[in-house]
Amino acid sequence: MSNAGVKVKNRPNLSVNIGGIHMKNPVATASGTFGYGPEYAPYIDLNRLGAIVVKGTTLEPRAGNPAPRLVETPAGILNSIGLQNPGVDRFIEEYLPYLAGYDLPVIVNIAGDTVEHYAILAGKLDRAHGVSGIEVNISCPNVKKGGMQFGSDPVMAAEVTRAVKGNTEKPVIVKLSPNVTSIVAVAKKVAEAGADALSMINTLLGMAIDIKTRRPVLGNVMGGLAGPSVRPVAVRAVWQVYREVDLPIIGMGGIMAAGDALEFVLAGAAAVAVGSANFVNPCATMDVLEGIEKYMIENEIQDISELVGAAQRFSL
Amino acid sequence: MDAGIVKQQEVAEGYFRLTVFAPAVAVAAKPGQFLHMRCGDTLDPLLRRPISIHAVNRDKGEVALLYKVVGKGTALLAQKGKGDQVNLLGPLGKGFTLPERNEKVCVVAGGIGIAPLFCLLQELTARNHSAAVFLGAATGSQLLCAGEMERCGHIVHIATDDGSAGFPGTVTGLFEKTITPGSSSVDRVYACGPRRMLKRLCEIIRLEGIPGEVSVEERMGCGVGACLSCACKTRGEGNGVAYKRVCMEGPVFPVGEVVWE
Repeated sequence: MSNAGVKVKNRPNLSVNIGGIHMKNPVATASGTFGYGPEYAPYIDLNRLGAIVVKGTTLEPRAGNPAPRLVETPAGILNSIGLQNPGVDRFIEEYLPYLAGYDLPVIVNIAGDTVEHYAILAGKLDRAHGVSGIEVNISCPNVKKGGMQFGSDPVMAAEVTRAVKGNTEKPVIVKLSPNVTSIVAVAKKVAEAGADALSMINTLLGMAIDIKTRRPVLGNVMGGLAGPSVRPVAVRAVWQVYREVDLPIIGMGGIMAAGDALEFVLAGAAAVAVGSANFVNPCATMDVLEGIEKYMIENEIQDISELVGAAQRFSL
Repeated sequence: MDAGIVKQQEVAEGYFRLTVFAPAVAVAAKPGQFLHMRCGDTLDPLLRRPISIHAVNRDKGEVALLYKVVGKGTALLAQKGKGDQVNLLGPLGKGFTLPERNEKVCVVAGGIGIAPLFCLLQELTARNHSAAVFLGAATGSQLLCAGEMERCGHIVHIATDDGSAGFPGTVTGLFEKTITPGSSSVDRVYACGPRRMLKRLCEIIRLEGIPGEVSVEERMGCGVGACLSCACKTRGEGNGVAYKRVCMEGPVFPVGEVVWE
């Protein structure tokens, strides 16, 4: 039988490869906004996610920062959670097995006080069953030691990257901080040090003051700004790095809907992560995914790769 | 899910009672749980607002929320009326542990703190279990639900900061004055209200060795346990402290568990 004359609507190809991690679609969760998965299982089918990036994990358990840990700002959320987590050993034992029941890549975000911490964390996760990749958090603004300090110095960022790469065979994604003079300079050094992919951006350092009490709102004084208010900064960062560094980028920062995600893709992101939007709409990841697919069908895009960096040709 | 608004009334200046048609919520809801409400489609405010379940009517499939307008989110919610839709998640969180049938129960509410406690009292009424209610407010016009609670057979003691109704002073002051120290006049206490009130109440009832539960408030993000924003400082293992999630392990905590600062 011939199909001649009948326009067959093939479903577009949404699958992407991020530094060796095969994702069935480009929509991941942003670390710290999605817990360890079961929190959102009542709302969405986790199998439909491109990848899950779990909460930042440290070598030892962390109690986190004092309350208040969150304050809303115009179109944004300032948070200072302070990497509250059960520690890598309990994570592997108690939290990771749950995700083994799902067919999706699990990316573990790691944070350390020292370069050695990152190396040990990488080693432990390398041996853990069910970890598809490691996201190196060198950009958390809410902890006293480590965190953003590593991410704001290109040389230190490279050192952390090398230490992680030296202890794992798994794909290593480095999450970059926007709180730097040149994000391109950091990205280049991290790429030279062997990173397989980049996540960008982490939150912007910010603060809010209560004029009634005349004191900072957050228990930890300063926090990280996320949400739609940071999106233009994030899109710009992805745009700049895509031009200079040949690594796949997971773009994130205030993605609330498919159109926002597509901005990142057109700027150069091969995949995207949904963060704050999960708090507003627990089905946000699925809405973004469906919206991207719809856009591709309407615009006759066969493969998502056709869109990655497509806006770059209008660069001045 | 989206739910239709059946009714919205301003019950006192700045205090609203919102009734929605949500049969699934009505069936599942337990006293002390909350709904995470989207107050509008705005980016400012961006987040949902956690609001206590105030009353449930399973026959009609209705759930009522009682809230005070304190900021942009609740102000937007207060603008909605009959026929409008509102998006909600829930019921969420861990509610109150119900008392044994023969226990002498005290309920202590400060201001809008009556919101979740009324739901508990509704459950007690259904079990023919009457409670002593200590209801405090800044002024007489802000005393909510007093008549309704009395009609259900609960004994209501009133305190106002300005002395315009009942005992002049704090609700904890009235509670302390009314209960007989060292006696077994109270077996269990349930409370909700401003942090300072709860702190003082917990001191009193711990001294008396009375078990109880408090419903606490904290700025909340996701409402489903993922973001760890709504941390409540609690006594952890040994002498340590542990931050628990108000949205998951709370909003109701045993009296001895919360570390007040």
